[in-house]
Amino acid sequence: MNKPLSFAVGQSAPQIEAQEKVSGSAQYIADLYRPNMLHGALLQSPHAHARIIGYDIAQAAAMPGVHAIVTGDDLQEHWRMGAFIKDEHALAKGKVRYVGEPVAAVAAETEALARAAAAAIEVTYEELPATLSPQEALSLDAAVIHEHAADYIKVFDAGTNANLCSRTSFQEGDIQRGWRESELIFEANYQTQPQAHVSLEPCGAIAEMDANGRVSLWSANQSVFRVQANVAESLGLPMSRLRCLTPKIGAGFGNKMEPHVQPIVVLLAMKAKRPVKLILTREQDFEMVRARHPFQIRMKTGVKRDGTLVAREVEVLLDGGAFGDDSPGVLGYSLLMSCGPYRIPHVHCHGRLAYTNKMRFGAFRGFGVPQVTFAGETQMDEIADALGLDPIEFRLKNLKREGDCWLGGQPIESNGVSECLEKVRAVSGWSSEPRTTRGGESRRALGVACSAHISGLLSTGAIVRLLEDGTILLNTGSVDIGQGSNTILTQICAEALRVPLELISIASPDTDGSPYNWGTTASRVTYMTGTSVIGAAAEVERKIKDQAAEILECAPEDLELVPGGLVAVKGIPQRNVSFATVSGRAHWAAGGPIIGSHSWVFNQKTVDPKRATVVGLPFPQIGAFVFNATAVDVEVDDTTGKCKVLRAWSACDVGRAINPQMVEGQIEGAFVQGLGFALFEEMVWNGAQLINPTLMDYKIPTFMEAPSELKAIIVESHDPRGPYGAKSVGEIGINSVAAAITNAVNAAIGVRVRRLPLTPPRVLEAMLGSETTAGTAQS
Amino acid sequence: MTQPNSVTLNVNGKALTANAAAIDTLLTVLRDQFLLTGAKRGCNQGVCGACTVLADGRPVRSCLSLAFDCDDRRIDTIEGLNDRPIMQALQRAFIAGGAFQCGFCTPAMLVASFALLQSNPHPSEAEIRRALSGNYCRCTGYKKIVEAVFDAAARLPADTAA
Repeated sequence: MNKPLSFAVGQSAPQIEAQEKVSGSAQYIADLYRPNMLHGALLQSPHAHARIIGYDIAQAAAMPGVHAIVTGDDLQEHWRMGAFIKDEHALAKGKVRYVGEPVAAVAAETEALARAAAAAIEVTYEELPATLSPQEALSLDAAVIHEHAADYIKVFDAGTNANLCSRTSFQEGDIQRGWRESELIFEANYQTQPQAHVSLEPCGAIAEMDANGRVSLWSANQSVFRVQANVAESLGLPMSRLRCLTPKIGAGFGNKMEPHVQPIVVLLAMKAKRPVKLILTREQDFEMVRARHPFQIRMKTGVKRDGTLVAREVEVLLDGGAFGDDSPGVLGYSLLMSCGPYRIPHVHCHGRLAYTNKMRFGAFRGFGVPQVTFAGETQMDEIADALGLDPIEFRLKNLKREGDCWLGGQPIESNGVSECLEKVRAVSGWSSEPRTTRGGESRRALGVACSAHISGLLSTGAIVRLLEDGTILLNTGSVDIGQGSNTILTQICAEALRVPLELISIASPDTDGSPYNWGTTASRVTYMTGTSVIGAAAEVERKIKDQAAEILECAPEDLELVPGGLVAVKGIPQRNVSFATVSGRAHWAAGGPIIGSHSWVFNQKTVDPKRATVVGLPFPQIGAFVFNATAVDVEVDDTTGKCKVLRAWSACDVGRAINPQMVEGQIEGAFVQGLGFALFEEMVWNGAQLINPTLMDYKIPTFMEAPSELKAIIVESHDPRGPYGAKSVGEIGINSVAAAITNAVNAAIGVRVRRLPLTPPRVLEAMLGSETTAGTAQS
Repeated sequence: MTQPNSVTLNVNGKALTANAAAIDTLLTVLRDQFLLTGAKRGCNQGVCGACTVLADGRPVRSCLSLAFDCDDRRIDTIEGLNDRPIMQALQRAFIAGGAFQCGFCTPAMLVASFALLQSNPHPSEAEIRRALSGNYCRCTGYKKIVEAVFDAAARLPADTAA
């Protein structure tokens, strides 16, 4: 095997879209205009739960310039979409299930007119009792939100029953024996809050239908293929009648993976027979896209007095909101990750997901792991304290090691977690300075936490074409949501074919021409699509060598690629032909155009049935683990309870950094998003009404809250199955942030806070002793 | 004579006329009438800063400014600032330093940074953070933006004309 070259992989190449993005010419969905285009607007539900008795659209329809009005009456009952449970119509049909749910939509000549017309639609409702918390939803007398949930199509054994949307349980070892063998048992309840994604670009879409009835759809998305599937399912369209494309994406943190307004905009465009554009307002984006699940967690851990973990039980209760969306996946995945990167022989993790009359909760960077890590990693500190152990030593003692399996029994191919922890210990000065100090009016402490994530899931492909002139077109169908995957995949292709980056262009994802890609989600593009790029490039290399062997009159095995788009006889670089010569011959004389393709599905089983018993597993094949340790230095104001992160270090085992600067960017960005989750971000409802759906009332971190000392540390464990050793980085950096910050705050104030976010009133209350420590330690 | 429903604005050194209602914001006119889409609508409430343009050389939120109120001001957008040396220094530094990801906030971030370096060619880190604190970014964690502005400032010749 040839030694990998260094000119592509491992280099901090700038984003290939850099010039577009800095010049203001990059086009996002709101920047696209189509000839003869109409504007769309929505009417949203004022009720949390109500039966729709009827619509009066006469006044809206009579307004000059209004071209189409759509309601639930335009949809057939069985046209339902959903990633795990097909429970959602494109627009409310029969019932509304949360305040803000789209009920009707209008296409008109201007945005203002469309909004006025939408407001003029009269809907008659019969209000029903609303169910606003998961506890309430699962009580026997709760109003049922989906009367026919049992009949919905489901892609796994969800166990749906009344308002129970799904349930999942993992068991490994023997939990009862685990409790018997434990010398100390710690148990406490934890709560996390709903967090809004706040990608700076609000969601939106443009659709148009051609005269043959075929629809083109551009939208803010994380997967043109999931858009295609969702629109097809919810509008009863054959997938082949729908072409989905992507402009630049103004970031997606899970909010743009599953549908937002795409089905509604397609419905409008089909009815109006003109292109329709609909961009959500920031308020609508808050109210009706999706958000991070609030979790209620009971965490119970048994240990030996020497600090060896013996047993863990985790019980979670999730508010899923009105529709399933990605929630069953979040439930199952959070449980799979709820023991952290530790050896715990006896485990029982179980949880329930309830339908409620709130907006749907769904995928958000971390996918449930930040929530369970908050509980698990703050409990780890509590145990270390009780045992008189240093929190880092206690973690190191219990970390998974070479040859260990993940919960469920899947092998871990590469594991840099102890290196992550050692790195943040060294750089934070953990061992050399006291962890907690008191200033005049503040207290300050270091905190640490660890976490893990995955890189491999579902299916993906890549096509590499050698064009007539020897340049290369890469087509993967992976949407670059801003993180730089187009650049990463181009670097991988350049490495595989030993060509400079400039020789390769990457096609914009298009369901007409791109190979399938499940999505830019679950931290999977580098690992999954990167593997396909290498596979497709290998086929191109083989075909280039077959051509060159005939030109140079030698055996293909005697040839090698030479940097710069050449193929030469091994050891005689001057006996070469260019990719251009090879491709010209292939196009015009012999063999046919050179196209390489590859596709695969991640096939490592989540669960080894000999090791673990699982009920309600939403993803039977998921894995390729990455690891992290975060350390923070936090100051707490004695008077106000306000917490400030002064310094932060996040070490992530990413396998291999294809582009180190972009890896740092992911780690830094994830940290600051996690800081917002830890300290102040919270969506607040008054009854059924979300009361802070604006950036005025919902704060995200700014330049002032982000720590000026923020250090991303790259750990490379070189995964044997990953492309050039790479795994993933998109989500891992956020998972342990809230836990690390809470551990620092707890150390600083000497009280344990078990509820996020750590707002000044909550921290102050804890300091004043009014928040009791509900945890119990039994001997 | 100008129609009451049309407004003429001085944008990037050119007089441009648009059909506009009294309630139309500068942002709406720039984007929908002049197709200058570098300024973005992130919140339409003056919080996120993604709509930042210069009015008489100072950064303003074009989503909060009424188009008719701007008819006596010189408006500069990212599109018009692209050939200015300070902007080019910032753009080079943003690219080399990886100071953007999705890029949605980037034109406004660059416009705000441009205004900062014009008035304060060698800002401290604290001054950069303060000057840009009204510009949100959800991707980068801000560190690489601060570093890029610092880097651009360091590379500017002392006498660079804006």
